[in-house]
Amino acid sequence: MSTPDHAPETAREHPAAPSPLDAPALEAVVDDALAAVAAARDLDALKAVRIDHTGDRSPLALANRQIGSLAPSDKAVAGKLLGPLRGRLNQAISARQAVLEAERDERVLVEESVDVTLPVDREPRGARHPLSTLQEKVADFFVGMGWEIAEGPELETEWFNFDALNFGPDHPARQMQDTFYVAGEPGPDGEVALSNLVLRTHTSPVQARALLERDLPVYIACPGKVYRTDALDATHTPVFHQVEGLAVDKGLTMAHLLGTLDAFARAMFGPEAKTRLRPSFFPFTEPSAEMDLWFPQKKGGPGWIEWGGCGMVNPHVLRAVGVDPEEYSGFAFGMGIERTLMLRHQIADMHDMVEGDVRFATQFGMGI
Amino acid sequence: MPHIDIDWLGDHVELPEGLGAEQLAADLVRVGLEEEAIHTADVTGPLVVGRVVEMTPEPQKNGKTINWCLVDVGTHNADGRPAGEGGEPRGIVCGAHNFAPGDLVVVALPGAVLPGPFPIASRKTYGHVSDGMICSAKELGLGQDHAGIIVLERYGYTAGAGYDLAPGTDAVALLGLGDEVLEINVTPDRGYCFSYRGVAREYAHSTGATFTDRGLPTGAEPAATPDGFPVLVEDAAPLHGAVGCDRFVTRVVRGIDPQAPTPAWMQRRLTRSGMRPISLAVDVTNYVMLDLGQPLHAYDLAQVAAPVVVRRAAPGERLTTLDDVDRALDPEDLLITDSPDGAHAARVLGIAGVMGGASSEVTAATTDVLVEAAHFDPVTVARSSRRHKLSSEAAKRFERGVDPRLPAVAAQRVVDLLVELAGGTADPAVSDLDTTRAPAAVRLPLHEAERLVGVPYTPEQITGTLEAIGCTVSSEVSSEVSNGTTSGSAAVEVVPPTWRPDLTEPADLVEEIARIVGYDHIPSVLPAAPGGRGLTSEQRARRSVARALAEAGFVETLSYPFVNPAEHDALRLPLDDPRRRAVRLVNPLADDKPEMRTNVLTTLLETVRRNVGRGLTDLALFEIGLVTRPVPGAPAAPTLPGGVRPSPADLEALRAAVPPQPRHVAGVLTGRSEPAGWWGEGRAADWTDALAAARLVAERAGVGLDVAADRDHAPWHPGRCARLSTPDGAVVGHAGELHPKVVETLGLPPRSVAFELDLDAVVSAAGDVPVQAVPVSAFPAAKEDLAFVVADDLPVGDLWAAIVDGAGDLLEDLALFDVFSGPQIGPDKTSFAFSLRLRAPDRTLSADDVRAVRAEVVASAETRVGAQLRG
Repeated sequence: MSTPDHAPETAREHPAAPSPLDAPALEAVVDDALAAVAAARDLDALKAVRIDHTGDRSPLALANRQIGSLAPSDKAVAGKLLGPLRGRLNQAISARQAVLEAERDERVLVEESVDVTLPVDREPRGARHPLSTLQEKVADFFVGMGWEIAEGPELETEWFNFDALNFGPDHPARQMQDTFYVAGEPGPDGEVALSNLVLRTHTSPVQARALLERDLPVYIACPGKVYRTDALDATHTPVFHQVEGLAVDKGLTMAHLLGTLDAFARAMFGPEAKTRLRPSFFPFTEPSAEMDLWFPQKKGGPGWIEWGGCGMVNPHVLRAVGVDPEEYSGFAFGMGIERTLMLRHQIADMHDMVEGDVRFATQFGMGI
Repeated sequence: MPHIDIDWLGDHVELPEGLGAEQLAADLVRVGLEEEAIHTADVTGPLVVGRVVEMTPEPQKNGKTINWCLVDVGTHNADGRPAGEGGEPRGIVCGAHNFAPGDLVVVALPGAVLPGPFPIASRKTYGHVSDGMICSAKELGLGQDHAGIIVLERYGYTAGAGYDLAPGTDAVALLGLGDEVLEINVTPDRGYCFSYRGVAREYAHSTGATFTDRGLPTGAEPAATPDGFPVLVEDAAPLHGAVGCDRFVTRVVRGIDPQAPTPAWMQRRLTRSGMRPISLAVDVTNYVMLDLGQPLHAYDLAQVAAPVVVRRAAPGERLTTLDDVDRALDPEDLLITDSPDGAHAARVLGIAGVMGGASSEVTAATTDVLVEAAHFDPVTVARSSRRHKLSSEAAKRFERGVDPRLPAVAAQRVVDLLVELAGGTADPAVSDLDTTRAPAAVRLPLHEAERLVGVPYTPEQITGTLEAIGCTVSSEVSSEVSNGTTSGSAAVEVVPPTWRPDLTEPADLVEEIARIVGYDHIPSVLPAAPGGRGLTSEQRARRSVARALAEAGFVETLSYPFVNPAEHDALRLPLDDPRRRAVRLVNPLADDKPEMRTNVLTTLLETVRRNVGRGLTDLALFEIGLVTRPVPGAPAAPTLPGGVRPSPADLEALRAAVPPQPRHVAGVLTGRSEPAGWWGEGRAADWTDALAAARLVAERAGVGLDVAADRDHAPWHPGRCARLSTPDGAVVGHAGELHPKVVETLGLPPRSVAFELDLDAVVSAAGDVPVQAVPVSAFPAAKEDLAFVVADDLPVGDLWAAIVDGAGDLLEDLALFDVFSGPQIGPDKTSFAFSLRLRAPDRTLSADDVRAVRAEVVASAETRVGAQLRG
């Protein structure tokens, strides 16, 4: 192995060495060397200068080597003369080295510049559907209040979807125009049988299921998919989502219903939002109410808009699940997830939410 | 839903001067009557009375004949002078022919705007300049009658009736076109609000205005007489034990003038309330129905043979109803029949409470009228109405419940109006079959309203409110009320009014108290739940899965779960594939999509196609949703009553009837999975993307998947399909490239790939056991590379498993870094090169340790899969 510092001495022609006692000559050599150092434009040139002026075959090295053969009295004189001169030269070389290295580093960084405005997304971006994200946000709100998230089947028995909720067999909502009915298994003669199953028309059957399955008190929310026989248009879709809330405990009143709705409205629409109740009718609540939302972002100025239905759980419903309505009371509410999303995000038409065009979901990314 | 004419409403309740529809809506919504719409006639500009001066029929080339009319419109004539003062009448072209010179008509002048909007201007037509339009009822938004123009006298607008009909008079005011009509939405429990009587009562509750109940018997109603028209109720098959008809009042009016017109005020009120004027006798019954809420029927007495019998239909019976439809009757239909030629109940006159038949209708020749005012069972009427798709005004009211005390009162009103307007004479013979029962009393604890509403109502508020809605409230039936507040066991007995069949429970009465006092009195109090357990582990796992797929570049979409069975063929599912066994809907939205999906991919692929059709071809989509997998031979769900907790056996039967609905996740990739760009060509999606996504799902759910080739699973490519199973061996899904024929049939981009997993099965396989952490070793690792030559049909997974088993516990990481085949290693062979990272938990591995592992790996690979170490 060899390095340039140890290059064979025959590699270069060197000037004759001055005497180590010849101060003016030595000064002249050093002055030449310093001039060469100052003139070195880059690190390669400086390296050559260093070899020429401090290498083994350089005049100063040769002069130094002669000291050994001097008379003892001259050795000290020569040493004192040469030492500082060599020190000065080495210092100058080091200083120049530092300057040139800094220059080089800076130049490399400039040369490595890139165009940061180039497109960089080499991985496609995915997205959640905003209806899913909103349902998770809704669930998070209720979980934060200490409620739990309940679920139930979408293909449901008529008993859970209707009878348990005080929709009698002749209630208009049970008629074909609203409800998808499920065909039964054909009988032995191929005749169509009844299955007494429907696609759930609301998330409310989960109320009855939860009350049958859970211990009291019950505080649950149920976001989920529901079905009605409406053709798709700007404001209707046969498949949509609701969130159902149900609380059954001792001492619950409509005041607690209103308090819960107010808190939910603020979580969905900001601190200015609130709700109000209007008398209405639902078979599974008594008293019943429509719930209006004070919507600060309403087009044309803040105002009330309809958001959902609610009320105190009807005693018939409590009895159907074996809860004593004289000991317990409860409230329930339901609102449309699509409607909530449309309000929050100024979506005017249902089609974008249901058609599955990736451009719709992508604008929401992972949040809403 | 009911239309409210404010002028008419004022017959029942005091209204403030100038009350508009908007204010009325605001007042009514407070007590639960919601605004559906505010209707305005939308007529602006000059609309005036005109007298036809001249009328010249002019046949046209197109076969039509138009009338060139000169019409005097008073000061609106061209020169500003009425014809009587030498003014020049306006020339107007009119296509209708039901009028004559001298008739008074309604003229829209240039500048007027009729509903549509339809602006009126002077225009050249049929060779004339037509300087306005002579209007029909429909053009003015007054009804559906487009056939002819309005001749004011025939509509009851006569000078004799006190109307100013001088040509040029403003017709907007004359016809009441400037007033708005409020349409309200009535909830099913408020049948009584299908009348001015009921709406006026609610208005009074909301505003405190003075209400006069015109539906209460006044004492002027005569009792039944022995010679009253014979009526029998012979209901052999009551529904739910309720006899189909429990009240039937008849009255007779003789000698009416069949030509007597319906007065203008009544026509206007009917029209504005959404009904079409027909003839005086019919209009009077409709008018009283709208006013009080009692549906009524007028028969031509000469066409009805005693006795009238109310009975259920016999099998095979038919009836042609007033709308000219011949209908097959159902044994549940309740009928009004009569007995021609002594044949008892032989002829069907109508379906009770729904619609009459043509045979006994009042006609232009009718002089003697039999008036029917009855009360029918709501369920019976509702079923017939739906069965025959006849939502008549009568049916709408009966199915919501009509006040059973109304028939006598309403019949008297009809009689009075017929006598007054048609010159008839009331017959003293009256029949009144009455088996109605008084409403049952409800015991209301005084604290109940506060218990449910959270407002401390005083006993005076409770009693006062209930009395205001028509209840009779007893004095307290049990003990103490202290300090004027409600407490303890004090209760009252409340008898609801006859028009409120919905009030049967204390909670019903509480709602009345709360809504009349006002829902705005209820405070807002957030309840403190006892504290929940947060999301379940399944719910959290589902979120992780969805989030992971989205972060991996998939876009979540949602599709309708309705499927056309032909799609099974497009996916090449074998005929016996369980995915063909689907739940069918009785009434699908689209007839060609009657099935519920059995897998998500079927409907997700539709979403893919829609996106591709919109020019978006580099796609990665996923959907999470339920599928339905019916169990063959599953029993129907039991029908059980509401209001009673089902027995454990019944609950089990309910559960068993619901088909399994596992939640699936499916994903599809088409085109490039990494986009092309200035950096290069990107990367086309291939089977590995689908498989990697499926594995990501399982990993996020907390379980590893075993992968095996599946050469026979539609809709996948037989050579590029992985069957995925959980560690317990259950198959939970598939992933890979779609079958080229499926891709072609569905028009998907070539080489589309997909996966589908039973997410519920994956999540439950993961269980809920916490991860048991292994300490991380800080000792140095040793690396070892090994290449094996195996038969080229050996799945590398088998070799991988042999290496893992051979390497034992010291193996920290295994990677396949090269796959090679070629002449150097011989035919039908493949070389796989692995790199192993070995590490011990407790020491630095020695060269001997590494050699030992290497020997074990080589031996295992050779004995298990016949692999030869490549030198």
